[in-house]
Amino acid sequence: MTPAILCRDLRKTYDGKVEAVRGLSLEIQAGECFGLLGPNGAGKTTTIEILEGLLQATSGEVSIFGYNWRQNEREMREWLGISLQETRLSEKLTVRETVNLFASFYREPRSSDEVLDELQLTEKADSWVGKLSGGQRQRLAVATALVCNPKILFLDEPTTGLDPQSRRQLWDIIRKFQSDGGTILLTTHYMDEAEKLCNRLAIVDHGRIIAEGSPEELIERLGGHQVVEFAIEGGSDGAMLQAWRSLPGVETVHESDGLYALTVKEAHLTIPALLDAIRQQGNTLRHLTTRQASLEDVFVRLTGRHLREE
Amino acid sequence: MSTLQEVPKVERPGRYPAKRNGRWSGYRHLLGARMRELQREPEVVFWVFVFPLLLAAGLGIAFREKPRDASPIAVVEGAQSAADLLESSPQHESFKVQVVGEEAAKQGFRLGKFDLIIELGGEGGFQYQYDPARPESVLARSEVDDAIQAAAGRKDVVATTTVTSSEPGSRYIDFLIPGLLGMNLMNSGMWGIGFALVDMRQRKLLKRFVGTPMRRGDFLLALLSSRLVLMLIEIALLLTLGVLMFHMRVLGSLLAILLLGTIGAVSFGGIGLLTASRAQKIESVSGLMNLVMMPMWIFSGVFFSYERFPAVIQPAIRALPLTALNDALRANILQGTSLFRLWPQLLVLSVWGAISFLLALKWFRWT
Repeated sequence: MTPAILCRDLRKTYDGKVEAVRGLSLEIQAGECFGLLGPNGAGKTTTIEILEGLLQATSGEVSIFGYNWRQNEREMREWLGISLQETRLSEKLTVRETVNLFASFYREPRSSDEVLDELQLTEKADSWVGKLSGGQRQRLAVATALVCNPKILFLDEPTTGLDPQSRRQLWDIIRKFQSDGGTILLTTHYMDEAEKLCNRLAIVDHGRIIAEGSPEELIERLGGHQVVEFAIEGGSDGAMLQAWRSLPGVETVHESDGLYALTVKEAHLTIPALLDAIRQQGNTLRHLTTRQASLEDVFVRLTGRHLREE
Repeated sequence: MSTLQEVPKVERPGRYPAKRNGRWSGYRHLLGARMRELQREPEVVFWVFVFPLLLAAGLGIAFREKPRDASPIAVVEGAQSAADLLESSPQHESFKVQVVGEEAAKQGFRLGKFDLIIELGGEGGFQYQYDPARPESVLARSEVDDAIQAAAGRKDVVATTTVTSSEPGSRYIDFLIPGLLGMNLMNSGMWGIGFALVDMRQRKLLKRFVGTPMRRGDFLLALLSSRLVLMLIEIALLLTLGVLMFHMRVLGSLLAILLLGTIGAVSFGGIGLLTASRAQKIESVSGLMNLVMMPMWIFSGVFFSYERFPAVIQPAIRALPLTALNDALRANILQGTSLFRLWPQLLVLSVWGAISFLLALKWFRWT
């Protein structure tokens, strides 16, 4: 079957200097929810805008259901629902007017009222866009994408800056679109979002994919499923890191701001040994927790940095 | 059309389409949205409609025709007979004569309190002291001399009569209103199109629009159409004000005026589009637009005739689009000159409009 989105060796260099994307390939099947995960400046937005046909790649190929932007743009636009990272829609139009305006560009749009209902915007249908809350604006942005009855939904950081309730509302909308047979490509720098929504994802850093797979596979690849986090009195040095690494069951060690994170296979073996080691050093334990490993740990493991640093 | 049939039949999620949109559905909605936005923006209503009316009304009242004030004349003590002659002359109402000491006369003249000083001259005559750099002083000298000679019994050799003329059509307000109309078409074409586009580009709204199948030509056409609707209202308001408040006489046909307005609005729309073709920020396009409009505010004869500028630069002034528009509007509205005879101005406007549109289409950035 033709992949919904296919790109090969995508490269984008701005002004002949800044390399935003350096050789990125993706294959996304119809019906998938695929996530591009990475820190700010990793090249996610550049990539998604090239796939959306809004930006010209320096080199590489893109096809959407087997069609390319150069030859079939007008037709392809009918299939895609797009929500850009930051679009300020006209403040003096009402919600319904805005959705109607976007619907008018498509040959066969959905009914605006139906879409507003689905996105829980019916109550706000006659309010000016300028009066909406952040969550409502973001839902409106998605409404302008969904009103065209798209085959593929492109969402660039759909929940950045939203409160937890608004984020969950948007997740429900995205899941519903997928269960109706739609394909989704979204970018995010939220780990939990990627884990909850995406069937597959690619971790992007410095314009390249550094890992790809389902959230479970990626965590599996860490080696350990558990993370032990702790802090001790006094500073840290290289010898100490070495000591932790040699504890039983420890796969990786990471330290930031005096907080150590060990990924381990079996926490019940590691923790007693850890406590012994601290006692022998004459140190005092200040803090200790264990939790399930997450994509955040995958990212830290792969890059040595936290996702939301910088 | 064969490529379209090859499009894979991927099932779309959701329900059946609610409707099928026709060819012009996008244009209609874009125009409707634009008009609603303008209407909901009180500043737009003020700057586009109220401000030009206030300007016209204010300037029209300030420069309205009124009887000239009597000239203040100082007669130095001792030349009292000059004052008597002026009083008995037929033109005595044109002068306000004061008999004062020499020092007071000089002092008052320096301060502009008097236009002319009359002293005793040689051979039983008078001596006038006036300032050739002050028009009212020059005028007072020749009128006073005339009055004194007539009162003293001079006989005019040639019989002359005078009538006053303050006909509608030749007053300042008649000159001003077509000029304001032209300036308003320029301002609103530049701001309404240039500023609006950069604003939408900065808000990433243009990028969002080109992410849809929207026809880009329709988008620009809708923006231009909204300008034309505003133009109709602007012209109607200003002309109504001129006719009702200042009894202006409109000699050109309404159709010709609207046609001129349309050509002007489209031409400045093109210049606005060109100005806005690249700018990413409101601040940069504002500067750019002021740079484009400034020479025309000064040179194109909005508030005063451009004939006052040196002859050398007259051809350049006439090549400016606003000069052409103002000249054409004045000739048509005030003298009823037909559009065929205004072809040089129409040509200038069309060339500016066409070149701007072509360059803008080449350079325009949607993202």
